[in-house]
Amino acid sequence: MNQKRFTWFNATSLTFGFVFLYLPIMLLIIYSFNDSKLVTVWGGFSTRWYTALFQNESFMNAAWVTFKVAVLSATIATVLGTLAALVLTRAGKFRGRMLFSGMVYSPLVMPEVITGLSLLLLFVAIGWDRGFWTITIAHVTFSMCYVAVVVSSRLISFDRSLEEAALDLGCNPFNAFMQVTLPIIMPAVVAAWLLAFTLSLDDLVIASFTSGPGATTLPMKIYSQVRLGLKPEINALSTLLIVAVSVGVIAASLIAKRAEQVRARSGDG
Amino acid sequence: MTINWRRFLLIGIPMIWLLVFFLMPFFIVLKISLSDMATAMPPYTPNYTPEAGIQGMVNLWQAFDLENFIWLLEDNIYWLSYLSSLQIALVSTLFTLLLGYPIAYALARSPEKWRGLLVLMIILPFWTSFLIRVYSWIGILKTEGFLNHFLLWLGVIDTPLAMINTNFAVYIGIVYSYLPFMVLPLYAALEKMDDSLIEAALDLGTTRLGAFWQVTFPLSLPGIVAGCFLVFIPAMGEFVIPDLLGGSETLMIGKTLWGEFFSNRDWPVASAVAIVLLMLLVIPILLFQRQQEKAQEAAS
Repeated sequence: MNQKRFTWFNATSLTFGFVFLYLPIMLLIIYSFNDSKLVTVWGGFSTRWYTALFQNESFMNAAWVTFKVAVLSATIATVLGTLAALVLTRAGKFRGRMLFSGMVYSPLVMPEVITGLSLLLLFVAIGWDRGFWTITIAHVTFSMCYVAVVVSSRLISFDRSLEEAALDLGCNPFNAFMQVTLPIIMPAVVAAWLLAFTLSLDDLVIASFTSGPGATTLPMKIYSQVRLGLKPEINALSTLLIVAVSVGVIAASLIAKRAEQVRARSGDG
Repeated sequence: MTINWRRFLLIGIPMIWLLVFFLMPFFIVLKISLSDMATAMPPYTPNYTPEAGIQGMVNLWQAFDLENFIWLLEDNIYWLSYLSSLQIALVSTLFTLLLGYPIAYALARSPEKWRGLLVLMIILPFWTSFLIRVYSWIGILKTEGFLNHFLLWLGVIDTPLAMINTNFAVYIGIVYSYLPFMVLPLYAALEKMDDSLIEAALDLGTTRLGAFWQVTFPLSLPGIVAGCFLVFIPAMGEFVIPDLLGGSETLMIGKTLWGEFFSNRDWPVASAVAIVLLMLLVIPILLFQRQQEKAQEAAS
């Protein structure tokens, strides 16, 4: 038995890594409660930037647009991405498989400026008005590939004999998927939805290319403010976003862990 | 027959979406990179419309030129940005690897009951907005920022250092933003490793360091390759980091493309810049895809 413990080297590198990762975010959060207008000079505790933020209608509008785009695009991307994952793991060989997997994997590393520009030129070429829907389509396109990767890794690792049993017992492939496969891969599907949601929430570059007048997302709004320098309201807004996302991710991972434990226990018994 | 029909739908739906919204746009970019700029909306001349018929094709062929690409060659700014992007992406990938490897190694060797939490802590910042994470460094690196205050207080420096708006700030921004992309594949490779291999190497008389270089390091190579691709390729086209943290002398191709498009409104040249960038990245992207496919096959 090899009981793993922290050696000084490992503890140091982890500590250093976590300080590097978290210190900038911590400073940002602390200074969002700064009374001074100068962002890097402490002038006492205050929540006035939060009040200013909630009174700023353009931020609130942008937040609502961003939220709608994120929910809609994450949902469509989860459906399409799960289909793509099934194709990658279950469809076997077919003509165009290389092309298909290429189109699934390359958006993961494609520079955003290229994706954004190319989608914009497509929308102009087919004469669609740019705005809410074009941003949503653009977000579906890149986030479905992340969904496909997350879901297919789960599909690879689970026992296929269950699916085969359902098929042998006379289930059609669709019902076998709905009743056997989907419940098993559900944690991965939920994780993939969350990932697609945050990717959409985050995106500045692709949204800037594909949006039109009237559809400004929160990152676009933040970017236009940040270009002009540090803004205490942006610190407040960032803090809210960080807290919301962290709570979501931690809650989701706790739920996933609980589900895993329940499954493990019922598997034992 | 019905099974084939279902299979057709299963493959067809995501396939068509990706063909229309991922592949086709590239051909449009290619087409527009060959057209001329015009002061209209959209700001480029149409190079071919079906109504023009055969004569239209003849005209198109006669007017065919690589003007926008020649422009890219003639104007220094473009190839300097390509070279500088390449350099910045390579240097930051190397730094990300040097910083990420010990972290991934420590994660893989941490006690089992802590591991889930530690991995979650590495992933968590990746879920929070990229833009916000880049923004958080402005306050640290600027002349009257936290780092300068701290160094002045320590007495290491007498005058504030100029860190923001330099390439140094861009390196930090890229390493910081892409660190989880490096750590996770490395961790996945190191975690799978069988400890008895190292014990065997030690039993056979190797030193700990020797065992690392001869056993651990070669076995983690697939993770290193995957991590480097995941950092290098997006870093090449990065826009937000050089724009917010870099200065006017920081040339990166993503920034140049953005400027061509949004400031100069020259869509054909922006498209030509995108085509060249894509051609430079095609080889790493294909290698990345091959590697993913292999990993997929090995797992199934």
